[in-house]
Amino acid sequence: MRVRLWGTRGSLPTPGPETMRYGGNTSCVEVRGTEGTLLILDAGTGIRRLASVVPPGMRRIDLLLTHLHMDHIQGLGFFAPLWDPEVEVRIWGPASTTISLRGRLARYLSPPLFPVRLRDLAQAVELHEVPAGEIEIGEFRVRAELVCHPDPTVGFRVQEGAHVVTYLPDHEPALGAQSFPEAPSWTSGSALSEGADILIHDA
Amino acid sequence: MAQREIEIILARQLSNYLALPVFLVNPDGNLIFYNEPAERILGKSFEDTGEMPAAEWSTLFQPVDLSGNPLAAEQLPLMQALTLRQPAHDRFWIHGLDGMRRKIEVTAFPLIGMAGRFLGAMAFFWETPS
Repeated sequence: MRVRLWGTRGSLPTPGPETMRYGGNTSCVEVRGTEGTLLILDAGTGIRRLASVVPPGMRRIDLLLTHLHMDHIQGLGFFAPLWDPEVEVRIWGPASTTISLRGRLARYLSPPLFPVRLRDLAQAVELHEVPAGEIEIGEFRVRAELVCHPDPTVGFRVQEGAHVVTYLPDHEPALGAQSFPEAPSWTSGSALSEGADILIHDA
Repeated sequence: MAQREIEIILARQLSNYLALPVFLVNPDGNLIFYNEPAERILGKSFEDTGEMPAAEWSTLFQPVDLSGNPLAAEQLPLMQALTLRQPAHDRFWIHGLDGMRRKIEVTAFPLIGMAGRFLGAMAFFWETPS
């Protein structure tokens, strides 16, 4: 698989000369499988530029949201394939204890925050709530688990063959683990990151 | 050992910041943590006892009711919260591992996590004047 970081900032976009090296966009990571399957991890503002490298013939894109804080979904409405009726976009993300993923996303994709409602998108977006055990997406096996962070938040473990990338962008792993990091059973995210080839982490 | 559920990790974190004694058990009833204020009442640190199966911790402290009758494991609030999946409250006597007899009051409730997952139970308890 190939991994490319399109957004690495938290909280809000930070364009400017001082952020030229890693860019000023918020969370977004592209994971491309050897057979061409495209996973996108989070929909921060980095997702707008990612859209420019989506191949013209791509018919399905899976977008995996760790949580619904603004810096992780702000680019969603500006992701061009979402407006292309030829492309099937599946969004995976956490519900809350009382509100579905659709209901939570609709809070952003609706006036006055956004001019178009989720239900009025050019195509029907397929929504899936996680955690939901292990998911197969093309050549990938994906597992989501809840992690420590305010509001429902998951991390993702993405595996193709023997290769694993783990994505834990917003995360407080030392909470609850008095002897962090020596107590993996009490450490949030430890199961997801165990043995990973690449760990993308921001604590 | 497998990683704990995130709600359990956060419950432990909460209990580490409380002056109230707290017990945490998993869905099988195994004691998986108690905090420092609980150590003072139970008479031994969690570091020393470690995790305990339900059959062990429910009898280890020799609980008796206010009339002095031994309490069966299933009568304890924490076990009731586990088995009935509803809150429970009671007052009774225990023998701490330091040999001291203490009257305590316990409130226990089941822990239901995201998507309705049953994760175990949590108990708060107080030492009450005898």
